[in-house]
Amino acid sequence: MVTKLIILLVIVLGVVAAAQLMRLYELSAKMRKEGEHDISRRDNRLNAGLMLAFMIVLFGGFIWLMVQYGWVGRGEAASVHGHELDWLLNLNFVIVIAVFFLCNFLLFFYAWKYVKKPGVPAYYFPHDNKLEMVWTVIPAIVLAVIIIFGLRSWNSVTDQAPDDAVVVELFSKQFDWTARYSGEDNKLGKFDYKLTEDAKNELALMTTESIQEAIDSMQMGLKGIDNLESQLNDRHIMLTPEDRDAKRKDLGNKEKLIRLLHQMKAKHDSKIDKQALDDFIVKDTLYLCKGQEYEFNFRSKDVIHSAYFPHFRAQMNTVPGQTTRFKFTPDKTTTEMRESRGVENFNYVLYCNKICGGSHYKMKMIIVVLEKDAYDAWAAVKMNGVKNADGTYATVPAIFDAIQHPEKYPTAAPAAPEDPSEGETEEAEGGEAVEPVEPEVAALEPENAE
Amino acid sequence: MAAVAHDAHGHHDDHGHHEESFVSKYIFSQDHKMISKQFLMTAVFMGVVAMLLSILFRIQLAWPGESSDFLSFFLGDQWAPGGVLSEDMYLGLVTIHGTIMVFFLLTGGLSGTFSNLLIPYQLGARDMASGFLNMLSYWFFFISSGLMFISLFIETGPAMAGWTIYPPLSALPQAISGSGLGMTLWLASMTIFIASSLIGSLNYIVTVLNLRTKGMSMTRMPLTIWAFFVTAILGVLSFPVLLSAALLLMMDRLAGTSFYLSDIIVQGEMLTNHGGSPILYQHLFWFLGHPEVYIVLLPALGLSSEVISTNARKPIFGYRAMIGSILAIGFLSFIVWAHHMFVTGMNPFLGSVFVFTTLLIAIPSAVKVFNYITTLWKGSIVFTPAMLFAIGLVSTFITGGVTGIILADAALDITTHDTYFVVAHFHVVMGLSAVFGMFAGVYHWFPKMYGKMMNKKLGYMHFWITIVGAYGVFFPMHFVGLAGAPRRYYDYSVYGDNDIDSYTQMMDLNVIITVFAIIAALGQLLFLFNFFYSIFRGPASPQNPWKSNTLEWTTPVEHIHGNWPGELPTVHRWPYDYSKPGAEEDFIPQTVPLAEGEEEH
Repeated sequence: MVTKLIILLVIVLGVVAAAQLMRLYELSAKMRKEGEHDISRRDNRLNAGLMLAFMIVLFGGFIWLMVQYGWVGRGEAASVHGHELDWLLNLNFVIVIAVFFLCNFLLFFYAWKYVKKPGVPAYYFPHDNKLEMVWTVIPAIVLAVIIIFGLRSWNSVTDQAPDDAVVVELFSKQFDWTARYSGEDNKLGKFDYKLTEDAKNELALMTTESIQEAIDSMQMGLKGIDNLESQLNDRHIMLTPEDRDAKRKDLGNKEKLIRLLHQMKAKHDSKIDKQALDDFIVKDTLYLCKGQEYEFNFRSKDVIHSAYFPHFRAQMNTVPGQTTRFKFTPDKTTTEMRESRGVENFNYVLYCNKICGGSHYKMKMIIVVLEKDAYDAWAAVKMNGVKNADGTYATVPAIFDAIQHPEKYPTAAPAAPEDPSEGETEEAEGGEAVEPVEPEVAALEPENAE
Repeated sequence: MAAVAHDAHGHHDDHGHHEESFVSKYIFSQDHKMISKQFLMTAVFMGVVAMLLSILFRIQLAWPGESSDFLSFFLGDQWAPGGVLSEDMYLGLVTIHGTIMVFFLLTGGLSGTFSNLLIPYQLGARDMASGFLNMLSYWFFFISSGLMFISLFIETGPAMAGWTIYPPLSALPQAISGSGLGMTLWLASMTIFIASSLIGSLNYIVTVLNLRTKGMSMTRMPLTIWAFFVTAILGVLSFPVLLSAALLLMMDRLAGTSFYLSDIIVQGEMLTNHGGSPILYQHLFWFLGHPEVYIVLLPALGLSSEVISTNARKPIFGYRAMIGSILAIGFLSFIVWAHHMFVTGMNPFLGSVFVFTTLLIAIPSAVKVFNYITTLWKGSIVFTPAMLFAIGLVSTFITGGVTGIILADAALDITTHDTYFVVAHFHVVMGLSAVFGMFAGVYHWFPKMYGKMMNKKLGYMHFWITIVGAYGVFFPMHFVGLAGAPRRYYDYSVYGDNDIDSYTQMMDLNVIITVFAIIAALGQLLFLFNFFYSIFRGPASPQNPWKSNTLEWTTPVEHIHGNWPGELPTVHRWPYDYSKPGAEEDFIPQTVPLAEGEEEH
């Protein structure tokens, strides 16, 4: 309290002191018979000089920033199209920086040079069509070049992916990412948000079974229709009016949703089940194969997010209610990038780049790019699992089916055997039960595989 | 209209007898001069608030997680527990900072102040076409400012979805606390703001078209008026679209409609909305949002055209080209909006069309810049504080404009989209340019508004601190963006674990940026002191302090109802006859008839 009082006092005194200084200044200005609208020669020259000085500082500052930081934080691109975009960016930078220097130079230089001098009148120069023409046409030509190069890259980057591109889905929600690989058939199974079950079917994949389960849990689950109805109808349960309203609303919604689920069940073709059943889901770390083209499909559960891969020069928003896409081909493994950057613990990261809530900034996923051998080994484990000698699974196949039917994959006692390698990337933490040990971590370090 | 004209005629002699009460003179005034001052005062207040908010979150960005007395002083325990800004409030501050700066300072404040002041003055009109609507426009603005300000103090916090309030985040209170009452207040405030802006704009357009004095043809209007005129047209055409976007959002929030919502599960709750598209909102928003950039910018460019020409003592170079480029910018601004949406999932072919139209805008912008520079060339420059700010504007317009070329290029936007590169770009080209234009306007027309002079030495200090601070903030910010920093991140330490190069670059530069931001903010105290001190105790202003040609300087220093005692002035020439060969003085006011054998421009 006392400090606040003192701060207040200091501010008041400061204003009073400034006012007194102003009075003093005004008196002296009156003595000199100089009004605030008369700009003296001294003032003009001072400001003209400062214009020039400021220009030098501005240019100096810019050059320093460019040398110090121009390409450091961005680092080299790690995808095929990324190199092209970087080249395009540099081309644009050359043009833009030239314009920046030229125009600012002329502006500040003229401001300095043509400051009012006694006896030198301004030159009456109202217009000149030829000059106007020059600086309409030249920018138009330069822009045409920029547009042509830009659109060429844009078209190739956003073009359809070829058939041999591996399809991977990235699913976003507040505040994490989940990846779904399309499995052996390279086709992502269908989904519908109404099938979402937190533990069992987080990505709402559509199979005959998952539809039935969703119907069951919506009808008979803990917060299902039956329970809600009985709570609302049971006179022995006291409910606050707000509670009652909320439950009524919930019930109404669920009745609407379950009708849709029944429709879905009627229309569902069980032949497409296997498209979903061979998909496998990965959290925390996204594994990619060097030189392989990927077609990413993006989904969102709640609000808009943006899948932002700064190192791969890729970005696409994830929009609830629709699927978006982006394709790229990683062309440097994590190990290679670590070596070329000289940073031991460098990792590619997928960030969220669209404001999505309080923890927006924490929403990320590590990306590991592997050589083909290591990647294939990892994918095989994911798809088929690893069996112990006794027929139990050391590593459960991380396919959708495995989540629904763990009994098919008997595991040996409590947990999978410990991974021999120490696992320097942090993808091992926080995985669910299905998350197996990561043999590829060992493969990540040595290059001796081939 | 007829009534106003009639009123104006039979009215001249009894000005003195016109007793006005305090309320009708200072509060519910219908006089354009008073309304302009009211706009300015409200905007200054809102500007100070928005600047303070930015300092609060800059502290967090430079020293993440460190306790600060400053933060706990302003935000208290709820929003800054232990002196550390909360994650949610960080987004709240960012959102309200952006909203106030864009809409309340640079749209309401800039257009409201100077359109009101200068349109009647520079056209030779007694007042706006409708004084009553003008008053209404201000009071709507006042109410909306009040609502926006109040939303900072409510329990669940202000709107937190960013100033663009993209749904679903802004539609779902479950997703973030600010999307509750805070967002409702935001929408209510903006709705009223849009009404204010529409009423004002219609009034400006009508006044410009109908109330020009004798001889004031459209091609003799000062460029300020051209800029306000086109700005008003942009506002009338684009703000209603924002209103519809806001209304649909309100319906989604309150009435259970599904314009923007589809297939959503939030906080475990499965919503039944299906079939809406969040991208629809973005189209509607940016259909206003992009013209809005020029609604902010054009008045500033108009003001600086006038200030530069007057103080270079030279006609503005290429008057007709300047008008042409204002019109071209105005037109193009309507067909570029989707360049904000290259990576939203919009069809890429649509994207390429917008690349083309967006880059076209660079041409009229370049013409304007070169014309300003040529106006300085061989001038006889007088460095009034207003002139300094006008030159500052041209510099920031160049610096911010060129980075726009990179962002307009869809292929390059893939990586720069929503990074600090964008933040730096639009702060320089739109924020700084418009603020500099506004300062130039205030310093230049202060004598006309208050009949007093502002102190020039303080003005000089204010300018130099501001431009150094401003470039110090936004130049390094481009490089934070080049390092890949996404905007609206609460703490960039998340980069530290995996990408040390980017991390170091961001954290180093963030400290520099915050230090400059604090310097620049302190520099504004000079302005505030100068402004308020001069209103009350500044030396009296002469009739035409800057030796300017335009009509407002022919009115008496003391404000009178109807602006001119006696007849309205007649205009005989364009407003830029500075240093015309053969004239005695280096300026010829528009009211001076052409001399024998003199050619009009």
